[in-house]
Amino acid sequence: MEQRLQELKQEALEKVQHAADLKELNDVRVAYLGKKGPITEVLKGMGKLSAEERPKMGALANEVRDNITGAIEEKQEGLEKEAVEKQLAEESIDVTLPGRPVPAGHAHPLTTVIEEIEDLFISMGYTVEEGPEVEKDYYNFEALNLPKGHPARDMQDSFYITEDVLLRTHTSPVQARTMERHAGKGPVKIICPGKVYRRDNDDATHSHQFMQIEGLVVDENIRMSDLKGTLNVFAKKMFGEDREIRLRPSFFPFTEPSVEMDISCKICGGKGCSVCKGTGWIEILGAGMVHPNVLRMAGFDPEKYSGFAFGMGPERIAMLKYGIDDIRHFYTNDDRFLKQFARKEIR
Amino acid sequence: MFVSYKWLEEYIDLTDVTPEELAEKITRSGIEVEGVEVPAEGIKNVVIGHVVSCEKHPEADKLNICQVDVGEDETVQIICGAPNVGQGQKVAVAKVGAVLPGNFKIKKAKLRGEASHGMICSLQELGVEAKLVEKKYAEGIFNFPQNAEVGADALEALMLDDAILELGLTPNRADAMSMIGVAYETGAILDRPVKLPDLSYDTVLEKAEDVIKVSVEATEENPIYLAKVVKDVKVGESPQWMKNRLVAAGIRPHNNVVDITNYILIEYGQPLHAFDLDQIKTGEIVVRLAKQGEKIKTLDEAERTLSDNHLVITNGEEPMAIAGVMGGYDSEVTDQTVNVVIESAYFAPSSVRQTSKEIGLRSEASSRFEKGVDPKRAALAAERAAQLMSLYADGKVLSGTSAAEHMDIKEKVISISLEKINRVTGTDLSEADVLDIFRRLQIEADSQDGLITVSAPTRRGDLEIEEDLIEEVARLYGYDNIPMTLPVHETNPGGLSPRQQKRRLIRQTMEGAGLVQAVTYSLTNQQKVTEFALEVKTPVELMMPMSEERSQLRQSIIPQLLESVSYNSARQKDSSAFYETGSVFLSEGGELPNEEEHLAGALTGLWQLHPWQGEKKPVDFYVAKGILDALWEKLGVAEDIRYEAAQMDHMHPGRTAAVIYKGQQIGLVGQVHPVKAKELDLKETYVFEIKLEAIYQEESVPLKYNVIPRYPSISRDIALVTDRTVAAGTLEAIIKQAGGTLLKQVQLFDLYQGDKMEEGKKSLAFSLTYMDPERTLTDEEVVKAHNKVLEAVKQETGAELRS
Repeated sequence: MEQRLQELKQEALEKVQHAADLKELNDVRVAYLGKKGPITEVLKGMGKLSAEERPKMGALANEVRDNITGAIEEKQEGLEKEAVEKQLAEESIDVTLPGRPVPAGHAHPLTTVIEEIEDLFISMGYTVEEGPEVEKDYYNFEALNLPKGHPARDMQDSFYITEDVLLRTHTSPVQARTMERHAGKGPVKIICPGKVYRRDNDDATHSHQFMQIEGLVVDENIRMSDLKGTLNVFAKKMFGEDREIRLRPSFFPFTEPSVEMDISCKICGGKGCSVCKGTGWIEILGAGMVHPNVLRMAGFDPEKYSGFAFGMGPERIAMLKYGIDDIRHFYTNDDRFLKQFARKEIR
Repeated sequence: MFVSYKWLEEYIDLTDVTPEELAEKITRSGIEVEGVEVPAEGIKNVVIGHVVSCEKHPEADKLNICQVDVGEDETVQIICGAPNVGQGQKVAVAKVGAVLPGNFKIKKAKLRGEASHGMICSLQELGVEAKLVEKKYAEGIFNFPQNAEVGADALEALMLDDAILELGLTPNRADAMSMIGVAYETGAILDRPVKLPDLSYDTVLEKAEDVIKVSVEATEENPIYLAKVVKDVKVGESPQWMKNRLVAAGIRPHNNVVDITNYILIEYGQPLHAFDLDQIKTGEIVVRLAKQGEKIKTLDEAERTLSDNHLVITNGEEPMAIAGVMGGYDSEVTDQTVNVVIESAYFAPSSVRQTSKEIGLRSEASSRFEKGVDPKRAALAAERAAQLMSLYADGKVLSGTSAAEHMDIKEKVISISLEKINRVTGTDLSEADVLDIFRRLQIEADSQDGLITVSAPTRRGDLEIEEDLIEEVARLYGYDNIPMTLPVHETNPGGLSPRQQKRRLIRQTMEGAGLVQAVTYSLTNQQKVTEFALEVKTPVELMMPMSEERSQLRQSIIPQLLESVSYNSARQKDSSAFYETGSVFLSEGGELPNEEEHLAGALTGLWQLHPWQGEKKPVDFYVAKGILDALWEKLGVAEDIRYEAAQMDHMHPGRTAAVIYKGQQIGLVGQVHPVKAKELDLKETYVFEIKLEAIYQEESVPLKYNVIPRYPSISRDIALVTDRTVAAGTLEAIIKQAGGTLLKQVQLFDLYQGDKMEEGKKSLAFSLTYMDPERTLTDEEVVKAHNKVLEAVKQETGAELRS
């Protein structure tokens, strides 16, 4: 009997070894370990054995059974793994094929510049104010210390709709309107972005329509040093911490004193190159202390209140920042231009 | 204003200050120097030569063989083609080895067999602009005066070794439109004294006022009129130095009389005019307003018609000059002139400005008068003119001045406290610091108990109020020295208004959906202005457009976006998806038009392209609509939006919907009419335009959490067969209405109108989701609700369950 068991074990293990797939393996299991299998058959003859041999033979039978079961399990695991591997191999793909494009839009570069400036000033406590693009001569000029016949009106030839209505030539009328709304009470702390229009022939550096952003702060004790400090923060955030600013005296009818701000040229580091026309400096914006006539006309007492204002052109800033050579690109919406600004610049 | 460095040196010591340094200093303290140009740059080895002999070239009609003494041991032979070359002339010679502008090197040459050792130069060949070369030498070589030193550096003799500073003057700094004005500015910057010209000269006994009477009728327009008389002048060429300075200032030399008036224009900033005394037959000058329609022939030989607000200088009968703008042809100084009247006047800026604008004539004179000249200069300039006429035109100056003066010239006194200066600038200057700055400016200033009192000189008409003084102090103290601070006040939170936040949300949603933001022009042409407009109004037109193409303000953004689409498709970009937000301008008859903010989009070509997997999905109506639906979700207004089939100009009659918000049409979405698309060179293109105002006005509903339901929902699908004309939206609305509160969601999942359908019918399949958040629904309840739905659709549309 012992010999028979050993033979069965040998036989079963061999068959397990040769099972080609899970089905064959299952057949082996049923054939040897099933209730009608040969091991059960052999054990039926146990009754004929002596009381001493019986437990010995029982243990042997269990051992044979365990061996076979173990072998089957081991084989099964191997076969399963093999099957999975086969499936995975069949499922493999070329990962270098292009992915499915997701429709991806993006902002116009001028919007990007304007929002960046808005956000910077919002973080310093400014609100964003807007106003009409078709404006009264009063708000566009007169309230800004530019009465009719003022020589400085020549500086910005305008598109008039009627004698008293025109396309605004700057966003300053928003300042005038906002101050008027504040009815003589500070603080006013605003930034005004928007479209403006001037009688210029469109060419590489001129556009009859362009954007402007102006800022205005009016309160008690606003100093020129505050203007300088504010512009310095702006220049460094917008153009880089390594940039220097310088102010030069200038003239605008609505400010006195008036200044123009230059930033040091990034291309040459101030040594002078073609971008900065050899000066090492690039003109960025105009600014100044709000003219007392402007304060007075908007209902502020210039003896009590003072303020500063500044204005800049997002096109110019974008042109400088990104090296754009022609202002008309901003308005033709050429995909080859616009798509270059699809990426978000993180600084 | 062009400022000659060498000329400026006459009034101020510029030792140790190079032109470039001076330019930088002037820029930093107030006047932008836009460039520094050295005319002689790149030119060398040009000397003054004496043409010893000049003979015709035997082989060439137009060439001359000249023997020229250039100050060396032997004369040199130069072949010269200039028509005006002649023996005895003093000329500019570019010797062999010389370099002329454009890196033109002079070498030994042979011309028709004759050797040429250099070149006799015209001024143009030496880099002088053609418009500045005096007419006499315009077509040939230049002649130096006979006393010119042979062999001397010709560039130096022509003052081309000068440096010219180009000042970019702002309208307030009219004071710097003269050499003396620039000298004052430079003096303040460098802290050096200004030397003014000596004005002494001899006169004859005869009195000016006996020769010419002056009277002014329009004293407001002409407060000061002075006339000097110079007799027996010899009209001829000006001295070389004067010509050089005029050329440096950008003025072409004519003759000594004209040149002297121009010289003083630049030196003092005072425009002068010279009349031929013998042409003033009446012996008087009367300044008055022109008669309406009165005519005058001006120096440029144009006949001009005047209005009754234009100031004219007359001989008592007829106009001889348009005051401050341009002289008359008949009384002009000519080569035959012997006796001269010099006018030096102060004309009111507004009067000159208006006249010059209306007549369309701007001159060096008018541009100065209209900005305001120093009223004190009129007398000084008159003296200077008399002096120079006596020196350089051999004139006899009559004593005295014939004058009409109606102006009390006063210096404006302005006071400002030291405290205010420091408060406004953020500096900490002392009284002495401030007084020192005014001393440098040669402006009289005193201080008492912190109050600084300044007498603003008449030459600085821009100094009127305290702030003007603050600017003077700040700019000379140096903007660099002003500290940097930030405003100190109660902190107010910054931020975007709800409208601005919604605008950014729209932008992000559009871009998230795959659209690219465009920015187009607001001005368009007459045809496009109302195309695609949701509301058509009388166009807002420019009074004086620069072109018809940009003459009216848009009432819709779509035409401009379509132009961008077409621009790109003409450049091999067949698929485009643009959006824009911006104003349209709708006149309601008020002073200002209504400016409405619109959102518009334009899509064409493929929406999805994944070629290697065989996917190519063109843009269609539902792509455009889906983008809008995403926007309504983001804005939280989806519940209040519906679409209705609509007919609109230039839109496909069967593929256009009106967008309705709370019962009002706020927009359109649909396909551009194929005929219109073809006209614009477009393929199948879809557009939308939405008025944003109503949505901007709507307060955003606060976000609130709803408990996630604990009970399961039950879904039932129904397929309905209806007439094709029944809109899916109508069915959906009926289903929602009939489904009651238990019906939570209705989703259309199939549309079939193929062969298996009866003619004129279609099948629409909906999935309905029922749920009660409080309990599990029983089957009976769902069946009951569902039957109600079926009944309602059947009753209202005749729809049947698909069998």
